[in-house]
This record gives sequence, C-alpha cells and structure tokens, in this order.
Amino acid sequence: MATTADTFQAHTEEHHHDADHKPAFFARWFMSTNHKDIGTLYIIFAIFAGIIGGAISGLMRWELAEPGLQVLGQVASWLNGGQADFDQMTHTWNVLITAHGLIMVFFVVMPATMGGFGNWFVPLMIGAPDMAFPRMNNVSFWLTVAGFCSLMISPFVPGGTAAGPGIGWTLYAPLSTSGSVGPAVDFAIFSVHIAGAASIMSAINFITTIFNMRAPGMTLHKMPLFAWSVLVTAFLLLLALPVLAAALTMLITDRNFGTTFFDPAGGGDPILYQHLFWFFGHPEVYIMILPGFGMISQIVATFSKKPVFGYLGMAYAMVAIGVVGFIVWAHHMYTVGLDVNTKMYFTAATMVIAVPTGIKIFSWIATMWGGSLEFKSPLVWALGFIFLFTVGGVTGVVLANGGIDDNLHDTYYVVAHFHYVLSLGAVFSLFAGFYYWFPKMSGRMHSELLAHLHFWGFFIGVNVIFFPQHFLGMNGMPRRYPDYALAYEFWNHVSSVGYVIMALSMLLFFANMIYAFTVGKKAPANYWGEGATTLEWSLSSPPPYHQFETLPVIEDHHSHHDAIGTTPSAAH
Amino acid sequence: MAGTAPIERRNKRVALYAVLAALAMLGLGYASVPLYRIFCQVTGFAGTPQRSTLADAITAEQMAKSAGGRTFSIRFDANTAPDVPWAFRPRQVTDTVQVGERDMAVFEAKNLSSVPVTGTASFNVEPEQAGPYFSKIQCFCFTSQTLQPGQEVTMPVLFYIDPKALDDPNMDGVEQITLSYTFHRTKA
Repeated sequence: MATTADTFQAHTEEHHHDADHKPAFFARWFMSTNHKDIGTLYIIFAIFAGIIGGAISGLMRWELAEPGLQVLGQVASWLNGGQADFDQMTHTWNVLITAHGLIMVFFVVMPATMGGFGNWFVPLMIGAPDMAFPRMNNVSFWLTVAGFCSLMISPFVPGGTAAGPGIGWTLYAPLSTSGSVGPAVDFAIFSVHIAGAASIMSAINFITTIFNMRAPGMTLHKMPLFAWSVLVTAFLLLLALPVLAAALTMLITDRNFGTTFFDPAGGGDPILYQHLFWFFGHPEVYIMILPGFGMISQIVATFSKKPVFGYLGMAYAMVAIGVVGFIVWAHHMYTVGLDVNTKMYFTAATMVIAVPTGIKIFSWIATMWGGSLEFKSPLVWALGFIFLFTVGGVTGVVLANGGIDDNLHDTYYVVAHFHYVLSLGAVFSLFAGFYYWFPKMSGRMHSELLAHLHFWGFFIGVNVIFFPQHFLGMNGMPRRYPDYALAYEFWNHVSSVGYVIMALSMLLFFANMIYAFTVGKKAPANYWGEGATTLEWSLSSPPPYHQFETLPVIEDHHSHHDAIGTTPSAAH
Repeated sequence: MAGTAPIERRNKRVALYAVLAALAMLGLGYASVPLYRIFCQVTGFAGTPQRSTLADAITAEQMAKSAGGRTFSIRFDANTAPDVPWAFRPRQVTDTVQVGERDMAVFEAKNLSSVPVTGTASFNVEPEQAGPYFSKIQCFCFTSQTLQPGQEVTMPVLFYIDPKALDDPNMDGVEQITLSYTFHRTKA
C-alpha cells in the first residue's frame, strides 16, 4: 500500500500540470463529468438554440411587418409539404409561437443561466472541486439535448389542423388535448417533460453542492450573491417543476389513454390545467430571472469597486421573491372567471413582489453610488438590465391589477411586458455575465469595442421592437394572430425594423467571438482588477481542469466581499 | 460544515431529501385534482351550485320568512356537446323566485338519433358569486340519463336560493342568476 501511495506521490510531483490533465476529445465532451466542461456545453447549446428561437421570431416579425399574410404561406407549405390553405397557414403561425416560446424558455434561458453559468461558477465561487454529482450533471445536459430534439421533430409531424403543435408555450387544454390530434403535440409535451426532468436533477445537484461542498469557512452568509441566486432558483425548480410534470402527465393520459382530468365530459375541468400550469409557470419566470439578479450583483460590485450594498438584504430579497412567487399564480388567469375576492388577493400578493424587487434595484443603485465606476462591457450590459428590467417591472405592476388586466389580457401590452423582463431583462443579464466571464472561461480576451457596439445595437434594437408593442396593446391588438387591422400597421412596422437592428447587432457578437478565438489576447487570472473579489478570480483563466487541489480557507475575519487566496496585485 | 460523515454520505442524504420534496410536489399536483373538485363543491367557487336535502330547504324557507321577500330572476340555459344528438331545452326560459322559496324548473330532452344515447349533464351558475347560494335539492344532473331512439323525457330540477345570499355584499347587485346545463356523452 505504502509503495502505491509513494509512487502516486512521485507521479504528481513529476507532472506539475496534472491538475490540468484533460481526457481525449470524445470522452471529454460527450461523457463529461467536469462542471466547467458541462457548463461550456450548456452555453454552446443555449447559443445554438437561441439562434433557432431568434430566427423564428424573425419570421414572425417579417410576417407582422405588414397587414395581410406575407411569408406564412411559404413556411406552411414547407412544413406541410404542398400548397397550404388558410387554416393550415394560421395553424403554422401557432406552431411558430409555440416553438419560439418553448425554445427560449426551456432551451435558451434556463440552460444558459443555470446550466451554463451556474455549472461553471457556483463550484468555483464556493471553493468546491466540482459539483456533488458529476455523473448526474452529465445526464441533465444530455436529457436537455434530447428534449430539444423532440421539440425540433414536432413541427414536421401531423398536429391536427396542420403539421406541428399549435398550442402556445402554455399547452392549454382542451386545445392541447381534444383540440390537436396527431403526434406533434405529444412530441412537444414530451420535450418539456424531459427538459423538466433534467432541470429537477440539476436543481438537486446545485442544492447538494451548495449545502455540502462549500470551502472551509465559506458560510452561507459569506457566499457570493450569484451562488445565492442559484440556490434559490434550484429550490424553485425543485418545487415547481414536479407540478408541471404532473400536469403534463395528465395531458398525455388525457390525449392517449382516455382519462378526463381536463375534460368536462368525464367530470374534469380545463381551468384546473391552468391552475397547475401557472403554479409552475409563475415560479418559472423567477427561475429565468433570479440567476440574472445574481450575475448583475457580482458585476455591479466588481465595476463599482465596492462590496454590494446590503448583502444580506439582497440575498433574502431573492428568497422572498422565491417564496411569494409560489402564491401569485392566478394573476395569469384573471379572465377565466375568478370572483372579486380571489382577484383582490392575487392583485395584492402580486404587488407585494415589487417590494423585494425594489430592494434589489435600489441596492444596485446604492452599490454604484459613490463607487469608482468603470464602464467595461459587463457593467454597460448590467446597467441596461437594471433600466429595462425596471420598465418591465412597472408594466408588471400595471398588469397585476385584476381590473386593468381584464382589458389588457392577451394583448400586445402583455407581450411587451414579458419581453421587457425576459428578452430585455434575462437576456441582458446573460450577455452581461457572458462578457464578464467569457475571458475566464476561454482564456482569451474579447474585444471591448465590439462588446460595446453589440450593446448599443441590441439595446436600441430590442427597445424599438418592444416599446411600440405597449401602444399596440393599449389600442387593443390581440396576441397570437398573424394578421391585424390597418390601424396597427405603423407600430408593427416600427417593431419589425427594430428586429433588423437587433439581428445586425448579433452579428457583432459572433464577430467578437471569432476575434477572441483568433487574435484575442491571453486573459490573466483577474482581468477586471481589484473590484473582482470572488474565488474564481484567484484561479488562472481558464481555470485548471481540476481546481482547488487544496481547498481555499475563508477565515472568520473575512467578509463576503474579501478577495480570498490572492491579492489583485499578485495576479499575473 | 458541521457534519462528521464522509462527504459522499452527506451528499446522498441531501439529495434524498430533495428527491422526496420533488416527489411530494408531484403528488400534490395529482392530489390537486380531487382537492380542487372538493374545494369548488364546498365553497361554491367558480359558480359551483350547492346540493342540499329537503330538510335544509325547509330550514331555509323558515329563515327566509323572517328575512323578507327579495326576488331573483332565474334564467335557464340548456346545451349539448357536439356528439350528443339530443334536442334539449328548458320548458320556460326564465322564472322569478323569492329567496328561500322552493321552485321547480322543467327541462325537455329528445333523442333525435336512431341509437340509445346516455349522457350526463355538467352544470354551473352565473354570476359565480351566486354559486354558494344556489341550492339544488333534486336534479336530473345528479345521475346519468339514457334516452332510447326517439324517446322524449321531461326532467325536473328542484332548487331554492339560500337566504344567506342577502347577507353577502357581493350579491347586492345580482338580480338575475343563470343556471346552465351541458349534456356530455357518458363514456361507456
């Protein structure tokens, strides 16, 4: 035994870079158990899915640029194989909105925030060598890919009126049960089902990692806010997704095995589906935004060169948002026929969420107040996030009112609202996090100039897309239609022009990636300087394949914002 | 970092708790099906009418005498699902009843097809705040109905408006209550 140990010891001393020893290509990327590699896979997957989801929204803006039907006919005949009639064309529109919604929610934002940045940086930030269950982490990723494949098959198989699932991302019964014959809807439901199972597994992994694998002395109250945000999100996933799984299973058995959970003919109730869906669906919107909150907190503190203002308040505000997020679901259902008292409760409960959200917004501003701000690209994206998320939050408070929502429900005002918090909120936080950590992940510096240009193009583009949709909604333009009255033409046209601006700015993003990997400078360990204090900055860029051979120790006197294990000047 | 067990065991313990929490939520999702039905039946939520006995009705009638005689206009609505080949309609479309007074409404149904058809009626009242106060003592909707080819039947509903409605501020503006039925084909 002793001999073996000695040999092993000698071996590691001979090869100083053993911590960085990587398996061969196939084993490394297809059987990966390394949290950083899995994080990279998730990010590549999210970018790929984002291109598809974004292209679908481009088709929709093209169609909506003018009244009447433009490109829908071609798309419909492509999917259906042959000349499409009017019903098939409008069904194809429903297929597009279904695909756009499901892709963006389940295969772009969730894989990017939790799967990508969560996997990459939670173990680094808490000083853990890897995730608690590396093999399960691998299963989570490939299940997500399998779910995406199922969704990508669905538009090409029969879905009732025409090819594809035309049911919206909410999959409401009875449209998704008796309203859509054919396998397309089964593929779509199955896709969400396995993506959900993957997320539950990754939530279990994050919870276990954060509870058990923190470095010595890294108490919960010293943990960076990004790790906090992932912890809260993991709990939301763990408690909300099984309810969706139950509802989806009921849909599947209603469709295929003759149960009547949502069919009044057998004593069921379609409204129950909506309750179950939104009991998941409302926490889901916080699942998409909370990791963004965490990233924005790290970024704002880094570039203000100050610890984040009100650290504990920031952490527990996220907990409060998570808890209250579970008891407000029926504000998505004001028009199904809720009585006045129920609506009053859900209105009040929904507005309560503005309080912890306000704590976060004001704490970010207070962090910047008096700070020595450095307008690097991550901070610029973070400022864009704070501004746009606040706009979306304000329209959210408007829509929270049961009485006003009766008027605005299912109009473009709602579309504008949730795109301001997601397409402009969550996505801005993703790009902020991406530019913040890209050199850390890749070891190459991106171009700050291109990142800034990307920001301005994207910022102007998405605002031109979505701000006019408030006007359209207030004027009564309904969601989910491929055509509209002439009165809505002007702002729809403006909105479509905005899409082109946004799409062009995305070219700068890809150009920046090419720049970084070809001529980008090598990134030092801590390229953001003294403001960046969390543990990932104490490691090289990219970090060694196996980090923290000796666990970092956080002493009692260290605060949550102290740089541990390195001093900024010591970084090479 | 308080635990003394090896990290693998502590990880498995936390994961086990997490799996149990997920399973509990899955169970809750399924439990919500009967719970939602019971909740609607008990509270009259979403316009679910109440079911009561004759004894309840007699008590209500006595209470109503002391409460004074507000009246409601009751409107009857009859529908069939597309796969039920019946002509189904109320004999009179509206009726005016005093609070607490027992009233009988009669519906007529005829099987227009050449095969026997069994149906069960689902029901609701509108406005939905009237749900807790609309009490049915007897109704054809409590059981399934089978009509032979060409057979015509009359089906009674015995109901009253609970006098407690007068104490509910949400019922202040309510003058008319619609009782709606839809026949669905009963699955064999």
